[in-house]
Amino acid sequence: MGYSVGMAFVTPQAIRQDFPLLKRHPELVYLNSAATSQKPEVVIEAVSRYYRELNASVHRGAYTLSTQASEAYEQARRTLARFIGADEQEIIFVRNTTEALNLVAYAWGLRNLGPGDEILLTEMEHHANLVPWHLICERTGARIKAIPLGLDGRLELAHLNTLLTERVRLVSVVHVSNVLGTVNPVAQIAQAAKAVGALMVVDGAQSAPHMPLDVRALGADFYAFSGHKMLGPTGIGVLWGRYEVLETLAPFLGGGGMIREVFVDRSTYALPPQRFEAGTPAVAEAVGLAKAVEYLQNLGMDKVWQHERELVAYALGRLDEELPEVRTFGPRGLDRGGVIPFVLGSIHAHDVATALDQHGIAVRAGHHCAQPLHRKLGVPATVRASFYVYTTAEDVDRFIEALKKVRDFFRDWL
Amino acid sequence: MSLLDELYKEIILRHYKSPRNYGPLETANLQVVGDNPSCGDQVELLIQTEGERIVDLRFRGQGCAISQASASLMTDLVKGKTWAEALELERKFKAMILEGTPPAPELDELAALSGVHKLAARVKCATLAWNALEQAARQAGVVLADA
Repeated sequence: MGYSVGMAFVTPQAIRQDFPLLKRHPELVYLNSAATSQKPEVVIEAVSRYYRELNASVHRGAYTLSTQASEAYEQARRTLARFIGADEQEIIFVRNTTEALNLVAYAWGLRNLGPGDEILLTEMEHHANLVPWHLICERTGARIKAIPLGLDGRLELAHLNTLLTERVRLVSVVHVSNVLGTVNPVAQIAQAAKAVGALMVVDGAQSAPHMPLDVRALGADFYAFSGHKMLGPTGIGVLWGRYEVLETLAPFLGGGGMIREVFVDRSTYALPPQRFEAGTPAVAEAVGLAKAVEYLQNLGMDKVWQHERELVAYALGRLDEELPEVRTFGPRGLDRGGVIPFVLGSIHAHDVATALDQHGIAVRAGHHCAQPLHRKLGVPATVRASFYVYTTAEDVDRFIEALKKVRDFFRDWL
Repeated sequence: MSLLDELYKEIILRHYKSPRNYGPLETANLQVVGDNPSCGDQVELLIQTEGERIVDLRFRGQGCAISQASASLMTDLVKGKTWAEALELERKFKAMILEGTPPAPELDELAALSGVHKLAARVKCATLAWNALEQAARQAGVVLADA
């Protein structure tokens, strides 16, 4: 398990050396990267260097430093565009996936939806791709339908044609489930959405950090992701939108930087992407995210994906064989990312997570902001172990050994 | 004793697996639901009062061992108490959990939860049922000392 960088072969053990927090806590087994990733030295340094050497107002100064800061910000936009196969004018910097999805909901949904219209989601969505649409439906009278989740952890796409009536104006689907790791066939869904004239939105929070991407090949109209889950800083994320669609959208937030002309009682707006970036943007964070993208590209996104696939197969194999008391969820196949949700007998997920923490294993427990999904699985909560570039096979081994101790501790109560 | 041993004492796990006073209460005149939205834990209290006294109460819910055992032990302890006595027990329980005060003798078996003080992430589990009780007191029109 490792990465080929140029001619050299880089192991996750070597990658760990690039992460100050992991070096500082050698005993920590960090298995919560699906919530937020750790940050490599180069990203921390890029943010720090921006403040030490370049900090100035972007697109608002006539002085050299401001030009340089603006150039760093726009360079970050170009780096992100190349990373997902997009045009730089299609990259809108936002705070995170949640804000990106809210932007689509308010800028498009509020103006284009009405009574009788339908939004098609799925039962495996994160709350970030549910609640914004609830808010829009309350205000427009539109209605939500969902593609059902099967017990194998995959969407039941046999229902797609029945659900995709001409009333459906927008389809929004998670690319990779944050709970189950399921990789959804979004290109297929996008094609079906297009056939009925619906817009296609993809929640890429768990795909952009982990796999090679070409947003055009996905056939989507919007694709949203967060920087902090892909080695970048918090407070920065991206909404990609097809330019032809972005052009038709009214602004989401108003303020400086997004205007063409302003009068006391009205204003006209800048072209995308500036139209959607009101106020002083998160420049240092954008620069940090671009550095994170360079770091990932250096490893190779195909290698990142392969590494996580190998880890998840290894971990599931050991769990199946050595811990019959553990029940895992999610698809078994190539359409599965590096996320393992599970329960241990009838012990509640929080108790298992607290016990694992006592052995230095950091996992998340709860509903992972996906209550409808857990309702469908029939469990109130799961423990979730998630992997990333710096996760080693030894991390998995330590996790399995700790889980055995936890099982033994609760043995009489399973 | 390891922190795990201290946290998950046998009595906690016993109340988790076989909770006391669990289920519906047809004579209830108060009903409140307490929840921790971030983790999904829930405790519903069904309370029958006569004047100032909690004559019967039961709970329903779902969640971790700490939240459910705390609810089970609490129902045992406050049944038959007046609101004033119950809220005084809440004050002592929270002092133990939030501030690490040695358990007051009146808390009886609830002293088994004292280890929760050392785990900030689990404090909200232990206090869930008690917060619901306080909510019920407000609903009953009981004037709270610190309100």
